[in-house]
Amino acid sequence: MTDYAIEAEGLVKHFGATMALDGVDLHVRAGSVLGLLGPNGAGKTTAVRILATLLEPDAGFARVGGHDVRRDAQAVRRVIGLTGQYASVDEELSGVQNLMLIGALLDLRKPATRARADELLGWFDLTDAADRPAKTYSGGMRRRLDLAASLVGRPDIVFLDEPTTGLDPSKREDMWGVVRGLVADGSTVLLTTQYLEEAEALADEITVIDKGRVIAHDTPDGLKRVVGGQTLEVRPVDLARLDEVRVILGEVSDAPVDDPRTGVLSVPVDGDQAMAHAVRRLLDSNISVVELSLRLPSLDEVFFTLTGHTSPSPDARTDSLEGAQA
Amino acid sequence: MSTDVLTAARPTPGVAAPQRPFALVRHSAALAKRSIIKLTRTPEAFIDVTLQPVIFLLLFVYIFGGAVAGNTHDYLQFLLPGVLAQSIVTTITIGVNLNSDMEKGVFDRFRSLPIGRLAPLLGAVFADVVRYLTICVVTVGFGYVIGFRIQTNPMAAVAGCLLAIGFAVCLSWSSVYIGMKARTSGAVQGITFLVMLPLAFGSNVFVPTATMPGWLQTFVNANPLTQLVSSVRGLFLGGPVAEHVVWTLVWMLGLLVVFVPLALRAYNRKA
Repeated sequence: MTDYAIEAEGLVKHFGATMALDGVDLHVRAGSVLGLLGPNGAGKTTAVRILATLLEPDAGFARVGGHDVRRDAQAVRRVIGLTGQYASVDEELSGVQNLMLIGALLDLRKPATRARADELLGWFDLTDAADRPAKTYSGGMRRRLDLAASLVGRPDIVFLDEPTTGLDPSKREDMWGVVRGLVADGSTVLLTTQYLEEAEALADEITVIDKGRVIAHDTPDGLKRVVGGQTLEVRPVDLARLDEVRVILGEVSDAPVDDPRTGVLSVPVDGDQAMAHAVRRLLDSNISVVELSLRLPSLDEVFFTLTGHTSPSPDARTDSLEGAQA
Repeated sequence: MSTDVLTAARPTPGVAAPQRPFALVRHSAALAKRSIIKLTRTPEAFIDVTLQPVIFLLLFVYIFGGAVAGNTHDYLQFLLPGVLAQSIVTTITIGVNLNSDMEKGVFDRFRSLPIGRLAPLLGAVFADVVRYLTICVVTVGFGYVIGFRIQTNPMAAVAGCLLAIGFAVCLSWSSVYIGMKARTSGAVQGITFLVMLPLAFGSNVFVPTATMPGWLQTFVNANPLTQLVSSVRGLFLGGPVAEHVVWTLVWMLGLLVVFVPLALRAYNRKA
């Protein structure tokens, strides 16, 4: 007996000559969030589409909510909610009509669906737009309606395929809030993303895939230990003072100071104490800066560390293949 | 977005209704309703089933009526059943609609729900039938305003409409097939138009077959729309219809035999 809400073993999927998944294992504990991280064309969407019963794997098996995705697809569909990478609401229908349609297809009673729809539209700031056709919505609103549509049936397991791609940063934070709410609510979430920051903010565990294979699986902290902490970058106004900055940065980190671009110094640090210290020292020394930032390792850096090669540039071929199947 | 509210709500048991029978019919009806809402929201699609038959009637009756039949009144009687059948047959949009749903990802959402695989397809068929019915009402209704009169009896006229609708339902499987095979909804539209144009005009919709040159008569007589138009004409205006109706039914059967397996196979591959 397992307490996995999602378990997949050895998933393989080809699209013609392209190997989209080459033996992927995934395990998501009930009530947790798994971040599925990888560059474009890594196979994230293919994996989600198999788990959501939209595609059949060529090999391997997967159970979602205890049901086999191949043999018992309808039972899987009863417990999942899917928000695709491309907003899949009906543009001609209003927000509320979209949600009512999902309710009808889920065999929910009309008054209950109506109440649920109002509740969801409220959560997603769409109450005022509820009766407008979705084609009049902004991209972010559409994305939120799409997520609302996947929650009409209060699914135990929610698949979010790049839910924040194309959202502006403030809306991204809102979406994160929703995901946290879902988990607090007891749902299991599988989230694909290209942003390490997002996976770190939300996921209990992260699986990194590249070229259809799992290349790492760990907690965010574990992954960060592999990849390294944050990077502090400073660019003084007066380039003549670079050496002074180098000394200050040397105080906050054991690692050598490195200059990634002309006039910019960077140093790996852990925790924001280092940032505070550096700011204080820069102020004391009267060094003005044009750039001062603390950032997480980028996905490129994760990939560099994990694979030894930089992340493949968005692979247009695999992408369009995945798109064609979408 | 307030997220604290989210945490407050936990699935209330019993929201889901117990599994009721006829799930496929119920889900198809829900999806048909969606298509009909879309129809009323898309003016160009709605014009297709309302204004188009009206414009055809007005244009042809008053421009060609005098030349073709000597007077507009007689030509209207001849033309209306043809325009009715032709409008229904050319308004088949199921392939375009299905293709565009797949293009936009709406189909994926449906497929992630616990509904029958065929529900979206049947829903689209139901919705098209509503369009066909609209055309019948609009065409006959407007015809009555400008002087058309059914010369048989209401039952025969209803039978004529039903035959045209049934024919379109059979023909729409070819549209489903094209919709599943073509890459974009625009391509579906283009291919459908290419197939429909010679069928719509190379027929006896506008003029009696006897007025045409021999080689064209061969094509026109082989055109299934000609058989359908002759049947509807007979059922509306009187005269022998049995042979035309039988041929229409044979065509319908043939379309089903050829295109249902092709369409279903292509559909199942994608859906």
